[in-house]
This record gives sequence, C-alpha cells and structure tokens, in this order.
Amino acid sequence: MNTPATSRPPIGARRIHPADTSFRISLHAAGALVIIVLLSILAIMFIGGKQAFDTFGLGFIWGTEWNPVTQIYGALPAITGTLATAVLALCIAWPIGFGIAFFLTEICPERLRGPLGVAVELLAAVPSIVYGMWGFFVLAPFMSEYVQPWLTAVFIWIPPIGDSFFWFTAPPIGVGMLTAALILAVMILPFIAATTRDVMLSTPQLLKDGAYAMGATRWEALTGVVVPAVRGSLFGAVFLGLGRALGETMAVVFVIGNAIRMPDSLMAPSATIASVVANSFPEAEPGTLDLAVLLGLGFILFVVSFGVLAVARILLRQERMS
Amino acid sequence: MLTQLARRLRSALGPGFLAASLLAANAHAQNITGAGATFPAPIYSSWGEDYAKAGGGRLNYQALGSGAGVTQIINRTVDFGASDSPVAPERLEKEKLLQFPAVIGAVVIVVNVPGIDGTKIRLTGELLGDIYVGRIRLWNDPKIAALNPGLRLPQIPISPAYRADSSGTTSIFTKYLASVSPLFKERTGAGNSVAWRTGLGAPGNAGVAAAVKNIKGGIGYVEFAYAAENGMQALQLANGSGKFVNPSVPGFTEAAAQADWANAKGMAASMLNMPGDIAWPITSATYVLVPRDPKDPAATQRVLRFFDWSFRNGGPTADRLHYIVLPSDVQDRVRAQWTTLAAAGKPLWPVN
Repeated sequence: MNTPATSRPPIGARRIHPADTSFRISLHAAGALVIIVLLSILAIMFIGGKQAFDTFGLGFIWGTEWNPVTQIYGALPAITGTLATAVLALCIAWPIGFGIAFFLTEICPERLRGPLGVAVELLAAVPSIVYGMWGFFVLAPFMSEYVQPWLTAVFIWIPPIGDSFFWFTAPPIGVGMLTAALILAVMILPFIAATTRDVMLSTPQLLKDGAYAMGATRWEALTGVVVPAVRGSLFGAVFLGLGRALGETMAVVFVIGNAIRMPDSLMAPSATIASVVANSFPEAEPGTLDLAVLLGLGFILFVVSFGVLAVARILLRQERMS
Repeated sequence: MLTQLARRLRSALGPGFLAASLLAANAHAQNITGAGATFPAPIYSSWGEDYAKAGGGRLNYQALGSGAGVTQIINRTVDFGASDSPVAPERLEKEKLLQFPAVIGAVVIVVNVPGIDGTKIRLTGELLGDIYVGRIRLWNDPKIAALNPGLRLPQIPISPAYRADSSGTTSIFTKYLASVSPLFKERTGAGNSVAWRTGLGAPGNAGVAAAVKNIKGGIGYVEFAYAAENGMQALQLANGSGKFVNPSVPGFTEAAAQADWANAKGMAASMLNMPGDIAWPITSATYVLVPRDPKDPAATQRVLRFFDWSFRNGGPTADRLHYIVLPSDVQDRVRAQWTTLAAAGKPLWPVN
C-alpha cells in the first residue's frame, strides 16, 4: 500500500508484507471477539442474576416453589423440566439417529444416499416455531386422544416413586413433558444422525472390509467393528444433540404446558429454563428481583449447556487422537 | 387466528430493547408516542388511524406490555404509558403521574365439555377458584351439578388452562378469583403471572383458546374481544347480585356504571363482581398514564386531545373491535381529572 520504495532488504532477510501484519491482527481480533463475547455474556448473566443468588442462596437452585406473587423463586422445577425433556428426547432420538446413520453409511443404495442425507439435514432447517405450532395443533390433540390414554393403560403397573410421581398416569391433556420430548427428538434428530454418520464414515474401510471378509453379518460388523472404533465420538454426537435440546425455546413453549411446579408424571405439564425466561421476560422490569431471577436462570442454563458441550468436545477429541 | 397468534408471540417474546431509544428519537412535533399494555393496542392503533384521518396527530403506540409501559412513562421516554393493571396511588404520587381509564375490557370463561352448550353452564366465582386450585377436578362434581340441574355433565377431568406469558388478562382474572375465593387468594394470589396449582399454560389468548378447544374438559379465560372475534362460547358466572349472567357489552357497561368512581384513588375503581341484573363480574378498565410535571406540556396536551377525541368519536370503532368505551359520566370524571394538570401555572385542559 504505502510501502516506501526504500532500499532493497538484505538478501535472506524475511520480508513481511504490511498486509500480513494487519491480516494477522484482524484474525487475532476475530478469535478474541468470540471469547470476549462469550465471557461478557456469562459475566452479565451472573451480575444480573446475582441478586437472585444472594436472596435465595443455594435455595435458588434447589427450591421447588416458584411464586411470582410471594416473590419466592426456586429453579428446581424448571431445571427438572429442562433435564427431563432433554434426556427423554435423547432416548427417543438416539436410537433413530443411530439407525439412520448406519443405514446411510452401510446399507443405503448409493444413489439414495445423497437425497436421504439432505432430507435428514433439512429437518434441521425447519424453524422451531413451525415445530411448536405443529406440536400444539397436530401432535398434542393426537397425544391426548390416542397415545396418552394408551400409555396410561399399558404402564399402569409401574409403581409410583413415593406418593408424588406416577410415571404414565396423568390426565390426557396432550401437552406436557412427553410431547415436548417428542418434538425435541425430531429437532435434534438431524444433528445426531449427521454427526453419527460422519463419525461412522471415519471408520477405516479396511477394518470394515476385514470384518465382512471374515463373514461377519452387518450386525456383527456394526457391533464388533464400527461401534468400538468410534465409541467416544458417538457419545459426542449425542451430547451435541443434548446441548441443542437443553436450550430450545420456542417449540417447547407451545407443547410443554408451562407449569412451573414439580411434575407428577412424565406426561405432566412442566416448564424448561428457556421457556420460563421467554414467557416472563417481557414483563420483567429492570431492577426487580423478577429480572434478576430470570438472568440467574439464564446463567444456570448457560453453565449446564456449556458443561454438556465441553463433555461432547472432550469425547469427540479423544476419538480423533486415538 | 394464526395472525393473532403471531402478534401475541411477537409481543410475548419481548421486542423490548430497541423501543425506548427508537421512541425517544421519534419525537416529531405532531406525533404522539405511547407504549405499554398489549390488550388495548388494537383499539389505540385504530383510534390513532381515525384520529390522523380526522386531522389530528399521528399516534405511534408500541405494545410492549404493561410493565414496560409504566417504566417508560416513569423515564419520560414516551408521551403516555398504558397499563392493564392500575398503578398504586403511592407510586403515582412518587413518580408524578396522572392515571385515567381509557377503555373497558372483560375476561370471559371458555369451556369444552363434550355434548354440552358452553353458554348454558353456570359457575360461581368460588367454584371457579376451586377449579383453578385443583380442589374440584371433575365436571360432574356435586357442587357444579347443583348449579346446573338441567345439564347432564360428564364424568371427565377438568383441565384448567392459563396464560403462560405474563399478562394483564391473568392479572384481572386472578384479582377477580382472589376477591371471591378465599382459598384461591391463599393458595395462588393475584398478579400478572402467578403460581398455578394445577392445569397447563399456553402462550397468548390464542394459545389458551386452542388448548381449551383441543382438550376435552378444558376450561380457560380469554379476553372478551378475542372470544367474540373467534365466535367462542363463554359460560355464565354469578355476579355481585348472585345472578347468573352471560358476558355481554351491556353487561360490561353496567359493571362500569356500578363502580365507585367517586372514591377511587388514581381513578382505579374496581369493576369486579359488581351487582346488577346483567353486570358481568370480570370487567376491568385499562389505564393510561401521563406526567403531572410534563417537560413538554404540548405533547401531554396532544395526548389529552387524542383521548378526548377518541372518547367522543371512537364508539363505532370500539364496537367493531369488541371493546367498550367508558360510560359518559366516567368520561366526564376523566376530563375533570385532566383539569388538575398544569405546567408553568397554566392548566393543560381544557385546551383552547
């Protein structure tokens, strides 16, 4: 640019173009920006939510009463709802995603592989509000009419936990944790399927060929060769899905039933941290305990999601290194 | 229905942040800026359009929620704030605000009981309270049956639905229940969002309505305007005279006329559970807040002029949108309050 046409540098000296320097600086800045944004979000959530932690102490995390009228806030119902729906969704989506991945990598005819893979990935492109409305207007009535009465009748024999948790015995109202988990399962399915497929593709072909050459069936090749070769990465794929399920908001608001109390069955209406924040935020005035509590909730969700993603990273990395 | 839902969602999901600065920057000379409650937003907007056509200023109303409306008028970032629940007299005093009712709305109870015409079902406030704390769980409960001897109520569970989002509708409904059911007052209390002991939450009026429609045995509360626009059947409630009434515009007007306006601080007269032949028990006004110490007296005058014009000419629009205008004697009380506003020793109303 404005490099002065000075004397020629000594031969052998490394000439650094000014653009290189500015390029390096801007790249560093871009990298640093991510860290700064992340840390400031965390810090602001913590500072904003400090009043909640100060007021309730650990009771903010373990308290089961959420009462805006008496200003007593315990986050356990929301934390329970968040974890329960995410884990339930995982239990539904994992086997299916695993099946899709194995089908795509090993069994699917070559010419179907591309279109089918795209179709699975397109599931991830559907806006969450669409899932929410579909869940509310289509899935919930179906659950209430057919699925829930059937589940109640079939699983009536499971003994309740204590005298407060009845598994599948609940009035069939359609919305609740189970419906939310089903919607979440559909939403995280593409992540799990795509990641698992990539991981499976990374299994050395030599190993698989060897297994088939030994006369292994597809099942034996899967359980004996593919899965042991990529075990850690498979867990990583699952945790990525879990991370997404934990923070999903809009679709969940529609189908979870928004009841901030400890659930009494897997089909009971409940609430997640994200849904509580979305529902209460517009009317939470600055400087009030209400807002501090919501930011505190955000902080808890941040920490939980961060932990989950960190575990996913570690598991995925182990695999690549081994 | 879907557009309504989308509108509700947008308001539920907090467009909040930008609005304050946007509104502050938008103080054009002839503009009126307001912010707050979502419930009266459609009528304020329509009145605003009518007013602009009639040669008045342009109204820019942001439906951010009652809480945000109160905050913004306290910070003086808008010309008027709007809130569904009245601001307490002490706070009005402290923040130097004048409060007046602008329009009347009502909350109605919609049900889905298979085989039964919802408009024929009768409930008292006390039973409604029992339902919403989970003490009465079946539609054929003896207490409900005793009020409805002519109906064959089925033995199905009652599924109460409520607003998942923080809402002025919830505030009116819970205030009513708390005033007629000591049990509800003790177990749940009143507010924009409360700790519901049973039932499920759905986002917005549309969400509650759809939940009731989807669930056999469902019961829920929605704004009258919403129920009327969507042709929903609402049940009968006992009013302050013990008469069972269906919700109706004359019923809301009677409730408004019965309220004790003379002694209400901040003009926040309760219209809940009023006596009368047709008075509907869950009737309430939505409020407007203007500064008592306006930095820009002309802006406050524009607000007063707008509401004065709307009170006088806004009736047909209100009818069309299923809102209820203030009875004329209440309008006169509001104008009388305006005369207490002054800037630099000069009264702001009447405008000459």
